Amino acid sequence: MELQVNGVKRNSKATPDSSLLSVLRDEFDLTGTKYGCGEGQCGACTVLLDGKAVRSCRTPLSATQGKKITTIEGLEVKGKLHPVQEAYLKVDVFQCGYCASGMVMSTVALLNNYPNPTEEQIKDFMNGNICRCGTYPRIVKAINEAAAKV
Amino acid sequence: MNPKKINSEIIQNGSEIVTGTSQAVGINRRQFFKWLGGGLAVAFVWQDTSILAAAEKEILAFKKLPTEQIGAWLHIAEDNTVTVYTGKVEVGQNIRTSLAQIVAEELLVPISAIKMVMGDTDLVPYDAGTFGSRSTPAMGSQLRKTAIAAREALLEMASQTLKKNKSALKLANGKITAPGSTALSYGQIVKGKQLLQTISDNAPAIAVSQWKIAGTSVPKVNGRDFITGRHKYVSDIKIPGMLYGKILRSPTFGATLAAIDVTAAKAMKGVTVVHEGDFVGVAAPDLSMADKAVAAIKAQWKTTNQPSRAEIFAYLKNKASSGQSGGRNGGTTKGDMKAGLAAADKTLQETYLVDYIAHAPMEPRAALAHWENGKLTVWTGTQRPFGVQSDLAEEFKIPEEKVRVIMPDTGSAYGGKHSGEAAVEAARLAKAAQKTVKLTWTRPEEFTWAYFRPAGVIEVNAGVKKDGTLTAWEFHNYNSGGSGIRTPYEVANQQIQYHPSDSPLKQGSYRGLASTANIFALESQMNDLAQLVNQDPLEFRLKNLQEPRLRAVFQQAAEAFNWGKTKPAKDHGFGIAGGTEKGGFTATCAEVAVDRNTGEVKVIRTTTAFECGAIINPEHLDQQILGAIVQGLGGALFEAIDFENGKILNPTFAQYRVPRFKDTPIVQIIQVNRPDLPSAGAGEAPIVAIAPAIRNAIADATGIKLKKLPLVPNGLLVHLKKS
Ligand code: FES
Ligand code: FES
Repeated sequence: MELQVNGVKRNSKATPDSSLLSVLRDEFDLTGTKYGCGEGQCGACTVLLDGKAVRSCRTPLSATQGKKITTIEGLEVKGKLHPVQEAYLKVDVFQCGYCASGMVMSTVALLNNYPNPTEEQIKDFMNGNICRCGTYPRIVKAINEAAAKV
Repeated sequence: MNPKKINSEIIQNGSEIVTGTSQAVGINRRQFFKWLGGGLAVAFVWQDTSILAAAEKEILAFKKLPTEQIGAWLHIAEDNTVTVYTGKVEVGQNIRTSLAQIVAEELLVPISAIKMVMGDTDLVPYDAGTFGSRSTPAMGSQLRKTAIAAREALLEMASQTLKKNKSALKLANGKITAPGSTALSYGQIVKGKQLLQTISDNAPAIAVSQWKIAGTSVPKVNGRDFITGRHKYVSDIKIPGMLYGKILRSPTFGATLAAIDVTAAKAMKGVTVVHEGDFVGVAAPDLSMADKAVAAIKAQWKTTNQPSRAEIFAYLKNKASSGQSGGRNGGTTKGDMKAGLAAADKTLQETYLVDYIAHAPMEPRAALAHWENGKLTVWTGTQRPFGVQSDLAEEFKIPEEKVRVIMPDTGSAYGGKHSGEAAVEAARLAKAAQKTVKLTWTRPEEFTWAYFRPAGVIEVNAGVKKDGTLTAWEFHNYNSGGSGIRTPYEVANQQIQYHPSDSPLKQGSYRGLASTANIFALESQMNDLAQLVNQDPLEFRLKNLQEPRLRAVFQQAAEAFNWGKTKPAKDHGFGIAGGTEKGGFTATCAEVAVDRNTGEVKVIRTTTAFECGAIINPEHLDQQILGAIVQGLGGALFEAIDFENGKILNPTFAQYRVPRFKDTPIVQIIQVNRPDLPSAGAGEAPIVAIAPAIRNAIADATGIKLKKLPLVPNGLLVHLKKS
């Protein structure tokens, strides 16, 4: 199947019912997208499909047809970080960092929806992303920081 | 990405040079510099002995040193790179940054000049593991001394080269300058030399008041790798031609194989099936194939009856020993309990219960195993690389130097990754398949086959006088452990005991160990005793407390929280609790709001004052405290492992609830800096007071005195109806 990943057309040998996550990680070696649960509950595998956040572990390849897939690797353009990444870096959000890709991708989608999100909108939108290290308040800070710039 | 490139990135620090050398047997100076490439090396050793004196003469180095004698080492290369070798590992506590800060401080180089090599058993000196909040106090001070020795050696060499008195030399920014001479970089100073020095624990350290880099908020050193997805966790590593592993799990704990048929799985192309006793697993060219192969195995298991959650507390108490006190079990006996109870005006006897909980690190266990010429290399996320090395050596009956364990910065642990289950499994598969095998546990596997924070039963009996003086304190912990079991309050008559029991679930270390349970019971009891004698819970504590460091955090937390002020609304409650663990002192105040119609309990805000000596990195300390509070919130409110007859009933995030954005209150953190005291670790202690603070706040709001963790997995409605 043909996929559009980070602006590049790529062919996958996997069957249409395969999860997008496994294709990204194992076939295309885009390992920035993480496995955390495989049940759509943790958000570690979040990528963008036409700008909307989806859990790639629960997204079959067939659902990506004709859509643009953006992964964490696609945010940085020619060595320049996306403003959301900049904001996260500035706030020095993370501990183990395993949730980081998913958090960043969800934030990009959040700001696509609400350029100036309220605290409640942030918490609602981000509630599907788990950070077991408990960095939530720092993430909220980074999101506000990014919103001011995006 | 080019797989070869990943490979060499992962086998960090140039495996080509270092493969085949092993610290387990020690190495000599020539070998040492062969892979380091000249320069100055300084090793931290525990004691000055004659062996070490010989080492200093450059005749031999580590060859004859028992490896346990070496704590860490540091190397300054001709290209100015400063490389630090330590057995500690990074699991999100940001010690890669804080330890580098310490070295940068003493060596007067920018932090970017420091390269940290961590947790690679071939490259770093032996280390028992990263736990018990020991990295900062122990490794931090070793590295500080090592760096000082390196600095002194550099000065000595520069003084010879420049023919200037040492006192005339100045160090700054990785260079040494003297009036009238051109500056020499450290690389220039060590050029052409192969100098090995040792430094012992007796050397003095720089005064905290002089710290320039340590003590400031240097951002996570490799932070960019995480927000770009570039960092390779074990589960991300690939080696050309590697296979994917999958284990056939038994349906329940304690089950054994009765019959098995692996023919169909074996017939699949490229699939290797391993069946040794009750261990059954496959290695396949891709993950979906591995899944299919395991599904094709027909196995019959013989199960045995196992205890269930419904009876767990009675079970643990029945199976408990008569009790241990003293030593590492923490208990103690003082005065005369009978007399103490007789002297009391009021007594309070209670039983507290604590469920098993899971660490649930976001990165499940993973390992990549590679055999080559009889040597096994395993990349795995573990807090004990050397422990896993010896487990593997034992498993395969090979010497330890034939096993290399490499630990890339890992997706957290919280005390839950002391073991190397995935490493052993991957290595067994790799050995049989004669190919590299990667094994990543699924979330349900992580929830089921890792280990848990112990469940426990805690019985407390206490006596108090009308004026609030404690007279008697009896405390028995069944199964959950001895950490934090002693009371920090002054009580003349005490009997405190830990009673190990027979846990039906695999249990082990957890952030703060048993203090999460013990301090919950202790501080809940203190709250209710205060009420018995009509005293404010803070006043009551301070009346019975002498330890000045604990008093200080109580007072500071209370002040910042506005303790004692009127509550913002009806059905809001305030609670306070505190304690000490691993050299850290913590006190937390919490405000909760209870919805009497729905029974929902919301934690509105918490204030935590924390003190762990001199602060090395305020921002990262903030992170550790915050992380402990948020994680503690889960165990306090709703986290519990449910199990029945050998089966975990809630092995998914949909069923096992962990704190999320919406659960997180306003978290206020007060860092109490004590530059006059040695730095202690901060990853654990701040977790201990959150559960009792919330519990006491619920009691304040409703009068309901909960006695079990988690407090409100199903809300408060059942309790509200009863009261
Ligand atoms: S891995 Fe997809 S939501 Fe957890
Ligand atoms: S930083 Fe560890 S899970 Fe978020």
